[in-house]
Amino acid sequence: MPRSELLPENWLYVTDQGLYCAPGDFHVDPHRAVPRALVTHGHADHARPGHDKVLATAETLAIMRSRYKDKAGREWQVLAYGEVIQIGEVRVRLVPAGHVLGSAQAVLEHRGQRIVVSGDYKRREDPTCAPFEPVPCDVFITEATFGLPVFRHPDPDREVAKLLNSLRLFPERTHVVGVYALGKAQRMIALLRRAGYDAPIYIHGALQQLCELYRAHGVELGELRPATASQKEEMTGALVLAPPSAIADRWARRLSEPVIAMASGWMQVRQRARQRGVEMPLVISDHADWDELTRSFADVGAPEIWVTHGNEEALIHYAQQQGLRARALSLIGRGDEEQEAV
Amino acid sequence: MERFAFLLDRLSLTPGRNDKLRLMADYFAHAPDPDRGWALGALTGTLDFRSAKPAQVRTLAEERHDPVLFRWSHDYVGDLAETVSLIWQARAGANRPPELNEIVERLQDAPRAQVPGLLEGWLDALDTTGRWALLKFITGGLRVGVSERLAKTALAEFGNCAVGEIEEVWHGLAPPYETLFAWLEGQGARPEPDRSAAFRPLMLAHPLEEREVESLQLESFAVEWKWDGIRVQLVAYDGKARLFSRTGEEISHSFPDVLEGVNFEGVLDGELLVVRDGEVAPFNDLQQRLNRKSVTAAGLRKHPAHIRLYDLLFEGDEDLRDLSFTERRRRLEDWYAHHRPPRMDLSPLVVADGMDSLARLRAEARQQSLEGLMLKRRDSSYVAGRPRGLWYKWKRDPLSLDAVLMYAQRGHGKRSSFYSDYTFGAWTEAGELVPVGKAYSGYTDEELKKLDKWVRDNTVERFGPVRAVAPGLVFEVVFDAVQPSTRHKSGLAMRFPRISRIRWDKPAEEADRLETLQKLVEG
Repeated sequence: MPRSELLPENWLYVTDQGLYCAPGDFHVDPHRAVPRALVTHGHADHARPGHDKVLATAETLAIMRSRYKDKAGREWQVLAYGEVIQIGEVRVRLVPAGHVLGSAQAVLEHRGQRIVVSGDYKRREDPTCAPFEPVPCDVFITEATFGLPVFRHPDPDREVAKLLNSLRLFPERTHVVGVYALGKAQRMIALLRRAGYDAPIYIHGALQQLCELYRAHGVELGELRPATASQKEEMTGALVLAPPSAIADRWARRLSEPVIAMASGWMQVRQRARQRGVEMPLVISDHADWDELTRSFADVGAPEIWVTHGNEEALIHYAQQQGLRARALSLIGRGDEEQEAV
Repeated sequence: MERFAFLLDRLSLTPGRNDKLRLMADYFAHAPDPDRGWALGALTGTLDFRSAKPAQVRTLAEERHDPVLFRWSHDYVGDLAETVSLIWQARAGANRPPELNEIVERLQDAPRAQVPGLLEGWLDALDTTGRWALLKFITGGLRVGVSERLAKTALAEFGNCAVGEIEEVWHGLAPPYETLFAWLEGQGARPEPDRSAAFRPLMLAHPLEEREVESLQLESFAVEWKWDGIRVQLVAYDGKARLFSRTGEEISHSFPDVLEGVNFEGVLDGELLVVRDGEVAPFNDLQQRLNRKSVTAAGLRKHPAHIRLYDLLFEGDEDLRDLSFTERRRRLEDWYAHHRPPRMDLSPLVVADGMDSLARLRAEARQQSLEGLMLKRRDSSYVAGRPRGLWYKWKRDPLSLDAVLMYAQRGHGKRSSFYSDYTFGAWTEAGELVPVGKAYSGYTDEELKKLDKWVRDNTVERFGPVRAVAPGLVFEVVFDAVQPSTRHKSGLAMRFPRISRIRWDKPAEEADRLETLQKLVEG
């Protein structure tokens, strides 16, 4: 086939199982069990159980094993950041995505074309994972979770300072922070430690395992104590981290006059915070905000953008305004980590 | 501005009533005059900047930012002030942030054409929360979970007095309320209330539940018809007469005809109706008179207004509210016999010898275009609000229709980003669906989540915040009445439609037909 006739959508396209790379005969982040899967990161809407062969970073595989045990896939293959392998007619490389520990962008090359599947990513500094690395490409596949110009995440250190300030002002109240179990919890703890908060942090049982796993990978988290086993009095004036589902629940109500906080990019929208009964919204996100998304288009220089889950229309409109080709890539089963079981 | 922005921000995110009171009282104690008075005006909804309108804010935002992205953002966020505050990219070299008083003064003086320029400068100078607070402040409708009553309660807490004392002097005062604050801080005299401007909160009734009917001691109650108009309070003093709606909104300007004949001083409670030759016209006729900017001679002639009197709250300066209903009724009848004001009459008492005959009267209410019956304890004094066990409304049974969901729109406030407003339709002869009504209530929060998901999964087209869905979900809709309407394609309009059940089980083809609804039109 002459090169001019090869279109990217002819070798990377959506099937019932998810995004499929035909010349390599594997799926990227399939939402159903497949014979060969490349998994970008450990969140449940990307890493599903039951695949036959799984290719991912060592950290992502460890996360999958910790969550799915013997259902994490029959055969595992580790691919370190920067390492290159050939699968069928495709050269595959993983580079850091800056989203959570082990998160990667998949760089796929076939007959001189390069497509980057960025998975989920962010551009902000994060003490718990390697920073996003822009890779020049022909097609850049991007998420659009915060694909509207109302989403501009503030400096996370400022948000953490807000929380610590409230702790000082209300020492009689327990501060409960809603965090996703994978990534946000550990980043939050690391940010708090960096801000000089060295008291024990109490964590909900659902966060325990993943915090251990981060520690085993060299992320410093300081002293953590199980919240469920601790006495109400002991946690007065302390910080408690729990999954979002628990913060507005009976679980949190047994604490001393809890201040309900939540760390998420969604907290940018006041009504979202009110709907969840959040008194102190902390805008800290592991996803790219509007400026990070649009800056990435410029950084990778791709003439073509495919947009997955989120507010894709706005991002497509923006890309087209910039003279890029852009279209939606409908992947089902993607949402934010809020949906995932904890 | 910073202090006010902080107050609004905390109020909007603080769920507890007592915490909100504390935040407001603290603000009143620390913010200077006249800023705190302007803030109080914003919290109680008494501020109105005629020159600043939401449409201007939108235009301004669209000029400074990509209009397509702005509209998508607004659709997503569901609140104009918040969208603008988040999307706004300040230009460098902005001025210092404005104080509340400065905003008020400059808006009051500025010709309309200069308003956008002023706004732009302020938006550039403020941070996100400040921008949000500014836009809430000037466009009204704060939506921070504070009612007028709660703000007054906080004021009472700050002034260490009863909230009733605030209410007594409130009417006749206007922002920035400097005399009020001075009085509350012991620095000035009690402000003199304007008697004709004082609205007294109405006494309202509870619905009579089916299970209560049996045990009701009918002999302790007086019975009246529940007339199908709008509840009003008429206040007349010092040669001025004013008409207030149930919520205390003044509607005098729309009804000069009823106020013309006022030849007394006092406060009356009644039902505003359109009455022609002694006959009460359908509610639809009254609607022709409501919410009209100008009153025309033709409107006055075609839809003459009338008040059917229920109660006498003040006769001259004498407060009758502590008397029993029986006493007040006697006073009302004597008063009426003496004054006989034109375009007013008494709501007659209904005589029934038992609950059975009363139930029969209620069943006939629909034929006579009455909403049902009112039962008032004979010994009840006139208590503001909705006290338990004193007054009951026994409304006629609602009508119902199985309708098909056609469009869903994103809600506002608590329901922002949920598809919570539903337009539903009925089948025509030709097998086409036509919209017959819209409902926002009648479902639980859990059901709302399921409905939202259903809408997202069954969308066939999108128009901004509205999604058209495939015909596949049936609502059992109940409504109080249905009227002819030229505004709707179906030619019909429902009154008080709400969703009584979601029929997840029922196929859309089996929903009701338009002619079923047409047969329910009264008169």
